[in-house]
Parts: sequence; C-alpha cells; structure tokens
Amino acid sequence: MGEAIVITSGKGGVGKTTTTANLGTGLALYGQKKVVMVDADIGLRNLDVVMGLENRIVYDLVDVANGVCRLKQALIKDKRFENLYLMPAAQTKDKTAITPEQMKKLCDDLKKDFDYILIDCPAGIERGFKNAIAGADMAIIVTTPEVSAVRDADRIVGLLEASGFEEPKLVINRIRPDMVKRGDMMDIDDMIDILAIELLGVVPEDEKIVVSTNRGEPAVADETSKAGKAYRNMVARLQGQDVPLMPMENIEPSFMDKLRMFFGLKARTR
Amino acid sequence: MDFLKLFSREDVSSKDIAKERLRLILVHDRANVSPKFLEMIKSRLIDIISDYMEIDEEGLEVKLTRMDKEKDVTVPALVANIPIKKVKHLARI
Ligand SMILES: Nc1ncnc2c1ncn2[C@@H]1O[C@H](COP(=O)(O)OP(=O)(O)O)[C@@H](O)[C@H]1O
Ligand SMILES: [Mg+2]
Repeated sequence: MGEAIVITSGKGGVGKTTTTANLGTGLALYGQKKVVMVDADIGLRNLDVVMGLENRIVYDLVDVANGVCRLKQALIKDKRFENLYLMPAAQTKDKTAITPEQMKKLCDDLKKDFDYILIDCPAGIERGFKNAIAGADMAIIVTTPEVSAVRDADRIVGLLEASGFEEPKLVINRIRPDMVKRGDMMDIDDMIDILAIELLGVVPEDEKIVVSTNRGEPAVADETSKAGKAYRNMVARLQGQDVPLMPMENIEPSFMDKLRMFFGLKARTR
Repeated sequence: MDFLKLFSREDVSSKDIAKERLRLILVHDRANVSPKFLEMIKSRLIDIISDYMEIDEEGLEVKLTRMDKEKDVTVPALVANIPIKKVKHLARI
C-alpha cells in the first residue's frame, strides 16, 4: 500500500504545483519509487504544463471518477523518468465535478499500484481543498516568507488538524538569503516558531525554477540548481533520511558567482 | 495599536514588524478557527462570577482584542464586559 500526500497552502501562487512536480519527479528518480502525481486543481490545470506533459492528455481525473474511462487510461507515463506518472485534472469543468468521496476512492485505488501519490491542491479552503485532502494520509504545507502566506498556512494547519491530519510538514519556498541577512525577510526560525509544525525543507528563490518551468523539466533533476538541491534533500527526508538543512551560504550565490554572473559567465555550482 | 509609528522606526527591521503583525493576526485567527473557544470561556466566567454576583448572562460579552502594553508594544488581550444585576452579600466579606 502506498502513501498519499497532499501538497497544500491556502494562498495561491506560493509554489504548490512546483513542489508537487519536483518532489514527485525526485521520488521516482532518486528514490526509485513508483510515483503518481494527481492534479486536483480542476478547472485550472497546471501540473501537466509544469511537467511538460500537456500534449499527452486524453482522459482526466473527472473521467475516471465518472466511469468514462478506466483508471489506467487516464494515467500518463512520463517517458523521461521511469516509474513516474501523472493523473491530470479536467480543464473545462469545475471543482464540483468531483466529490471528496470520489477522490478518496481514486486515491485508494492508486495506492494499490503506487508507492507515492502526490496530490497538487488548488488554492483556497473550499470544495477543491476538501477534495484534495479527502484521500490523503499526510499533508505538506507550502508557504513563502510573507505575512499573508504564513497566515493562510496557519489556517490550513488548523483545518488539517480538524480533519485528522496529525503532523503536517512545512515547506518554506522562495527564501532570499540576502534579504534574510538584511533583516527584511522572516527567517526559518521565525516561521517555525509561529506555525509550530515540523519543517520538511527550505527552497531558495531560484531563476532556474522559471527556466525549468519554461522547458517543462523539473529543477530537481538539474544538478546545478540550488532549488533542485533543496528538493533532492526533501526527497531524502521524505524517505526517512536525516539530511541537515542547507546552510544559507550555499543557497546564496557567492561573491565569485556574482562576479561571474556580472561578466555573463555561468555560475559554478557547488 | 500604532503600526505607523512602528514603520517609521528605522531601527526595527521589517522582518520583526512582519513577525509581530503575524503573531497578533494569528491570535485572532486561531481563536476563530474554533468558535467554541470564546463560548467556553464565557460559560466558565459565568460559573465563577455567579458565586459572588448576579449577572446578566445575555448581555455578557467576551472578545479578543489588542491593547498597548507599553509604547510600541501591542499585545493580544481578552476583554470581558459583564453587566451586573445584583451583588450578593457574600461579596462583602
Ligand atoms: N523557488 C522558486 N524560485 C523562483 N520562482 C518560483 C519558486 N517557486 C515557485 N516559483 C514560481 O512561482 C509561480 C507560482 O508557483 P506555483 O507552483 O504555480 O504555485 P501554486 O501552485 O501554489 O499556485 C510560478 O511561476 C513558479 O515558477
Ligand atoms: Mg498550482
């Protein structure tokens, strides 16, 4: 039996889809696990595009729930990564096209075949959220170091606890070490202190995320990306390994890197 | 509560302002997540105070708010307004 993990946040645009794509790919690539990523953002499907699989969609999750097709027919196999699959969301329907009970059934069916089911949750706390968490065993909450995002994350922690999730884990995304150093961005300790939940990882702001999204290739597979490194660490932690946090100096470009960038050279990766 | 004052202070880093604002916001949010919270406090208050005074239970008001502790320091505060009908003899002891 596999484990179903929902990636959620409350606030939109903080990096749920990016996190889902990278953790999913990472678990398949480095963990050699059989993984399916489920796009639960019905009506605003995104995960297919971030993964570069948008041209291969025939059926979707709503079709499966309504018996239009079999489960296997809607699953898209990612040919680049062995053991990685995508269950796309419907684009032309809305969140009420599926019920939490149907989502739970879908996840239970997927758990028979996969080690990990990663569910990309839509923004908000309404029906879409309830659908996304219905079949999940564990929750990951993504936030950025901003007041509004942390506030929404806290609300999600409360709602998850009320729904029986015992220990949601936190991902802090888009941290900028230079701003933290200046005292213009909340640091990791500040957020852990306030939210009082366990940290899964910290992802730096990284241009390579934009580049990798442009290409439809997740950054986790890019050895030169700092965000990719952060995702690889999280993949290891999810599998029970004790990987220390990257020190801030390794997240931030060094003086020499900056100099190289200034002269238009590629930054060397550590 | 005067955040404008806080913003104008150059020596306070913006992340400390963010953290302080968050703390206050969450005191409210968390209490609202469980609507039972204030009701629980209300009924316990009624219990205790009824031993000494007759109070107007309908008019009882308990709310979370903020107050200035010192200059530039705002803390969350629990405020109760309890209309008294009659004070019992016992209270004079
Ligand atoms: N660590 C990061 N560094 C730079 N850009 C990022 C990072 N994480 C996310 N982004 C960008 O932020 C935007 C929103 O991310 P997305 O994963 O779609 O958020 P959500 O699914 O929560 O709405 C995207 O354009 C994405 O490329
Ligand atoms: Mg998304």
